[in-house]
Amino acid sequence: MVSFEIDGKKVEAEEGSMVIHAADAAGIYIPRFCYHKKLSIAANCRMCLVEVEKAPKPLPACATPVVEGMKVFTQSAQAIDAQKGTMEFLLINHPLDCPICDQGGECELQDLAVGYGGDVSRFQENKRVVLNKDLGTLISTDMTRCIHCTRCVRFGQEIAGIMELGATGRGEHMEIGTYIEHSIDSELSGNVIDLCPVGALTSKPFRYSARTWELNDVAAVSPHDAVGSNLYLQVRRDRVMRALPRDNAAVNECWLSDRDRFSYEALNSEQRLVLPMIRVNGELQATDWKTALDFTVKGLSKVIDLCGSDSIGALAASNATLEEYYLLQKLVRGLGSSNIDHRLRQSDFSHDAVAPLFPSIGLPIADIEQQQGVLIIGSNVRKEQPIIGLRLRKAFLGAARIMAINAVDYEFSFDLAHKVITPPKQFVASLSRIAKKLANETGTTIPAAVGDWAGDVAVSDSEQDIAKVLAQTGNQTALLMGQLAVSHEYYDSIYQISQVIADMIGATVGTMLSANSAGAWLAGCVPHRGVLGSTENNPGLNAGQMQKQSLKAYILFGVEPELDCVDGANASNAIGSADFVVNLSSFMSSASDYADVQLPLAAFSETSGTYINGEGRVQSFGGAVSPKGEARPGWKILRVLGNMFELDGFDYTSSPEVFAELDLSNLEPSAKLREVAIMAPPKTETTSEIDLERICEVPLYASDPLVRRAHALQACADNPPPAARVNAAQAKELNFSSGTKINAHMGAAIVALELIIDDRIPNGCILIPSGYPETAALGGPGMTRVVRA
Amino acid sequence: MLNQESLNRINKEIAKYPVARKQSAVMAALHIAQEEKGWLSNEVMDFVAELLEIRPIQVYEVATFYSMYELAPAGKHKICICTNVSCMLCGSDTVVAHLEKKLGVKLGQTTDDGRFTLKEVECLAVCGGAPMMQIDKQCYENLTPEKIDSILETLE
Repeated sequence: MVSFEIDGKKVEAEEGSMVIHAADAAGIYIPRFCYHKKLSIAANCRMCLVEVEKAPKPLPACATPVVEGMKVFTQSAQAIDAQKGTMEFLLINHPLDCPICDQGGECELQDLAVGYGGDVSRFQENKRVVLNKDLGTLISTDMTRCIHCTRCVRFGQEIAGIMELGATGRGEHMEIGTYIEHSIDSELSGNVIDLCPVGALTSKPFRYSARTWELNDVAAVSPHDAVGSNLYLQVRRDRVMRALPRDNAAVNECWLSDRDRFSYEALNSEQRLVLPMIRVNGELQATDWKTALDFTVKGLSKVIDLCGSDSIGALAASNATLEEYYLLQKLVRGLGSSNIDHRLRQSDFSHDAVAPLFPSIGLPIADIEQQQGVLIIGSNVRKEQPIIGLRLRKAFLGAARIMAINAVDYEFSFDLAHKVITPPKQFVASLSRIAKKLANETGTTIPAAVGDWAGDVAVSDSEQDIAKVLAQTGNQTALLMGQLAVSHEYYDSIYQISQVIADMIGATVGTMLSANSAGAWLAGCVPHRGVLGSTENNPGLNAGQMQKQSLKAYILFGVEPELDCVDGANASNAIGSADFVVNLSSFMSSASDYADVQLPLAAFSETSGTYINGEGRVQSFGGAVSPKGEARPGWKILRVLGNMFELDGFDYTSSPEVFAELDLSNLEPSAKLREVAIMAPPKTETTSEIDLERICEVPLYASDPLVRRAHALQACADNPPPAARVNAAQAKELNFSSGTKINAHMGAAIVALELIIDDRIPNGCILIPSGYPETAALGGPGMTRVVRA
Repeated sequence: MLNQESLNRINKEIAKYPVARKQSAVMAALHIAQEEKGWLSNEVMDFVAELLEIRPIQVYEVATFYSMYELAPAGKHKICICTNVSCMLCGSDTVVAHLEKKLGVKLGQTTDDGRFTLKEVECLAVCGGAPMMQIDKQCYENLTPEKIDSILETLE
């Protein structure tokens, strides 16, 4: 530690740290533009000049290391004079168009100009003009306002890991931009809006819609990925105007993914369901709540009376609140059924009995960056879980070796030490070979079934390399399964063998799921377990079964079956042919075609509730605005239904009362299976050689009903029109070229798509995304025959 | 994109730096590419980025920073006139005016026959011989209109 003085105050700081760190820690404010605690030091704005005793001229506080006994003056005549001089220079080319600038009121330059700027400019010459850049649908630019702090450039280079913005030209001609016009495609691009200390980069969807002083901040939690990023919803006159990150060092730090930042647009979408509706003579008609609820109770009671309570089932979205899950399962179980599930994108449920208390990523999110090794299994983690991707990049920069078994050679913001890119069908075999090799390396015995899965195929070089690295990184390793693993037909075997690998070296294993998957399990929104993992004596049907065999009545909770289920085609058929469908939803959707009653559901911003993220962090929040139209919070709707069915224990007056019924203390993020029992591999199916295996990815901006209605996100490069992608060799073999119109056949379904050559795809595979109405008919993963249209 | 000779030269430059610091060869690589192509098109810069395993924008940043890199097709001979303070005091305005008149182009433009590109550049560190200009790799000092005429005559 070094002790020295700032403005006469004794402070201590670590050796090698900068004056500005110590000043911030001591609560002494030094003005700055280019310095940011999470970015490298550039020292190019010169706003933080301070006087240092014995130094001949002012020094930048952000780039001056602390020295024992030094005396720093931030308010001396010399320091103030230097800061004022800097400000005068900064304002020379700044347009001073604050009245029409979106940053006005939250602008660092504006604030500091009040403190350090002159009231008259001595600059008589012409200000320079810089043309605006088109950076896509999320970021709006006014480059004349730019003061060249380069925070946005450093963010791309250092944090997001993929440099898209740069400073071209020199001196007077320097400009921030992409040089060649293209959109910024990072999944974290919105953060540059927060970083920009002036109004050069502002939010396009928010533009000209409100002033910052008109907005109230309401703390909220993001409803998309397993991170549960903390955010502020900014509200004006009962309308969510935008979302900003809320600092939480353990979760999202000061960052926010674009999905979390811009999905708020959908809250005000025209597709919001704002009135209860019932089907009369085949037509949906708007009605009042009482009629709709009576209709619901009558409809469900009729089905129960005629066909028994086992003939009703409930499917919930994976981002409902804990309270909603709890009441939904309480209602369904109260009616005598255990057919309740939220795992809509899962295909294999074999390990339900040995599943952990709740699914998690296996370790605290902040610990990811300390890992020495990470094995990603079937995940485009950067796009599925942007903030975890960011943590993985930090781990990579800290010398972690990150490896992957994937069906697509995804571009990450970190380099992979080793990778196996293989058709999904080979995931289990490849993992088994790694497990076998690792067992050799570590001298452990592993279940014989692993060997059966591995087959006679020799261990490939990359598999050997992965095993070797795992042996070295030991208990500093995390195995992370993603969406391609979870939706895999042998997810159970992937999970089990991953655990075998993890157990050999003391690593963690986990799955990266959705905003409240953990909450759903803990609330008992699974067919085989009750609240907090209690045993369900009479297990019901899981999501997969409910999608296949048609029940007589369905309750849908925030689900669009066609797009949210792994086999959307079958799911919407099964549900569509039911006698009675209750659709609790925030939006009009394709489920409206067959719903008998639609109950408008409050969105995440309109209800109080709790999300439990992928590390078991319990995060409760209050409603930010009142529900749209006649929509009501889910817990209230379910409470009333419970009362109308005359079930016991539905007399809640607030969501915290519901929450209080659950004891959620000590939630450790451990996704270990209670015991390992690996199934024998299936007999090799004989598949036609001309068929391709479909890789069924859910793209970033097709992941849930909210995102699918956020216009700006929908227009991003991460949301390309659905197409069929194969590699060049495969295309040549099939005699197709880029742009060929093809028909993809799966079962009886045929979908017309355009072919795109994409060399990230392995041989024998075709990438056709799900989550789009255009591809929904195809269903889930499986073999696809592709013919020229 | 580049011929084998250029590639060999670039690889030689890359070899001068540690493996993880390939990008340090960016300036040399751009010079070599420019020598072959005469100027740096976006495609050439993208190619250099790929060679050095960096993002294209990182190459654009360097290429736009230095006036020695040509980002548009340039003439056979590049006339760089210094207009910084020493040359300005010694009459670089006359040099610019004379050349502009003689060649019929403005600063930053190329003659129709593609022989000359006129460029205004920052100090080239020959203040002792101001006003000066550099044509291709040769410096010319103490310029007068007559001297400029005779220099241009020697060039094809």
